[in-house]
Amino acid sequence: MITLEGVTKIFNQGRHNEVAAVRGVDLTIEDGRVTVLRGPSGSGKTTLLTIVGCLARPTTGRVRIDGEMVSGLPERFLTEVRRRTFGFVFQKFNLIRGLSALDNVVLPALPLGRTHRPLIERAQALLDHFGLADRAGLVVEHLSGGEAQRVAIARAMINDPAVIIADEPTASLDGERVAQFLAIAEDLKRSGKTVLITSHDPRITEAGLVDRLVTMADGRIVEAAP
Amino acid sequence: MRAALERRRHLLDFAVRSLARRPAKNLGLTAIYALIVFVVGSVMLYGAAIRREATAILASGPEIAAQAMTMGRHEMSRDADVAALKGLRGVRRIEPRLWGYLWDSAGAANYTLMVPPASDGAHAVAKGEAIVGEGVARARKLAPGKMLFLVSPAGKFLKTRVKAVLSSESALVSSDLVLVEESDFRAFFDLPPGVWTDVAITVTNPREVGTVAEKAALKLPGHRFVTRSDMARTAEALFSWREGLTLALVAGAILAFALLAFDKASGLSAEEKREIGILKAIGWETRDVIAAKLFEGGLISGLAFLVGVVAAWIHVFFFSAGLFEPVLKGWATLYPRFPLAPTLDALELATLGMLTVLPYMAAILVPVWRTASADPDAVMR
Repeated sequence: MITLEGVTKIFNQGRHNEVAAVRGVDLTIEDGRVTVLRGPSGSGKTTLLTIVGCLARPTTGRVRIDGEMVSGLPERFLTEVRRRTFGFVFQKFNLIRGLSALDNVVLPALPLGRTHRPLIERAQALLDHFGLADRAGLVVEHLSGGEAQRVAIARAMINDPAVIIADEPTASLDGERVAQFLAIAEDLKRSGKTVLITSHDPRITEAGLVDRLVTMADGRIVEAAP
Repeated sequence: MRAALERRRHLLDFAVRSLARRPAKNLGLTAIYALIVFVVGSVMLYGAAIRREATAILASGPEIAAQAMTMGRHEMSRDADVAALKGLRGVRRIEPRLWGYLWDSAGAANYTLMVPPASDGAHAVAKGEAIVGEGVARARKLAPGKMLFLVSPAGKFLKTRVKAVLSSESALVSSDLVLVEESDFRAFFDLPPGVWTDVAITVTNPREVGTVAEKAALKLPGHRFVTRSDMARTAEALFSWREGLTLALVAGAILAFALLAFDKASGLSAEEKREIGILKAIGWETRDVIAAKLFEGGLISGLAFLVGVVAAWIHVFFFSAGLFEPVLKGWATLYPRFPLAPTLDALELATLGMLTVLPYMAAILVPVWRTASADPDAVMR
């Protein structure tokens, strides 16, 4: 379970262009459930997502993962928490250009020092699972948007994290690809993963698999249901 | 242990793949880098080789050379001078020497004609015989048994049969040497008996060289006494100065490369920063990112260093440093051309590495460390 207590995030603090992206958020994200953060652009949902995923530190407030406070951890330990706990699917997928799909999938596992062959086999199995067996050797620039997203999901899962975080996963996908993503999210939920998604796409927010819908506006949570 | 090795292997693999993504840029950088190593390496290897040769010359030369001087110019010494030096305390041997230079227009080379000292039995020559250096043999296409004809500036002929060719172990010592018998030498240069080019003094205790030179100067105030350390200092000053001058001349190129390296490394592009942010976001630690980037830099600098050093070595020892020879030798240009004895010194390599590889690696490390130690979100934004 991930708990946020009084979390704020202020960019450019003390400067003329200071922006408070998140203001005093309290939130609990329960294990094994699909939580969706929704809200208009600039509402602070992506910033909150980065704080939950330990990609950024809150300016004030606390973040706890299974009771352990992580928001004050030094960088090295925070990386360890991030690596152990989260898999990220970024809005623009953030695949490394020039590398193949397979190379991108194995990236999060490289510093763990796993044996080469089992690692490649697992990456290949994930790509197979997402229907990308024949695309494994392709440089990622040559993949379609939907394929790139599935590579990003495979990459997020390579270390078998407990929480999958997806930022605006359907922003650039057509209807068929959105359905494909929802199927994958359903599959993740069934396998016991916690899924946290930001989206203002009704095809996501109104999907049956969503367990909790959190609405943000102007850096604050204005509604959380249930 | 196994995991640590696998981690390194994975990071190295990643570095190779990463470099392969921009082949033209990285090959271009490696080529320029190798060129800089080649230039600096050539100057350093050449300077070091010359110094080694100079050391060899001095080791084979006298501990003190006494030369008669008139109005600051070198004059011939007389038998009386030699006699005056005999009996000095601390002197083991006094040997008057005969040597001189000859410009050989046929071979377009300057030779040193010398009478081998009596104490050097290995190089003794009989009348009508000569032992020649490797450079002379090359210039005049000589071999043992062949005839060597020389003409003095006064038009006198010297006809000798080549007894042997000196080995090229230390070419600078012997390349331009022609060893002849004393009467041949005197006849060729029209020298009367009882005069000598200079006098070689060997002392009993090498630590007493300075004292012996001082005592000898009191006996022969019209002579100068040049010690081996004086000559070593002169050679060092001459070649170090030239080496420094050459490095200063190429400093512009080195500086340009340093700027290029710094720009390449420090000016991490938005794309490179974003990639570091992605790697951090997906679970790489700062040290993983730094290790991968150092592997990349190490591969480029290692390859460039290897290519540059090998090219410099071939350039210096097989092509006589043709590109820098005029600058490095200057007026001291030696004829005939002499090949330097090929050697490679670990200290020279380490110095070259410190001058070329370390700055590049440092220029990579600092900006990567700064980027990688920030929060991934801040880097990716």
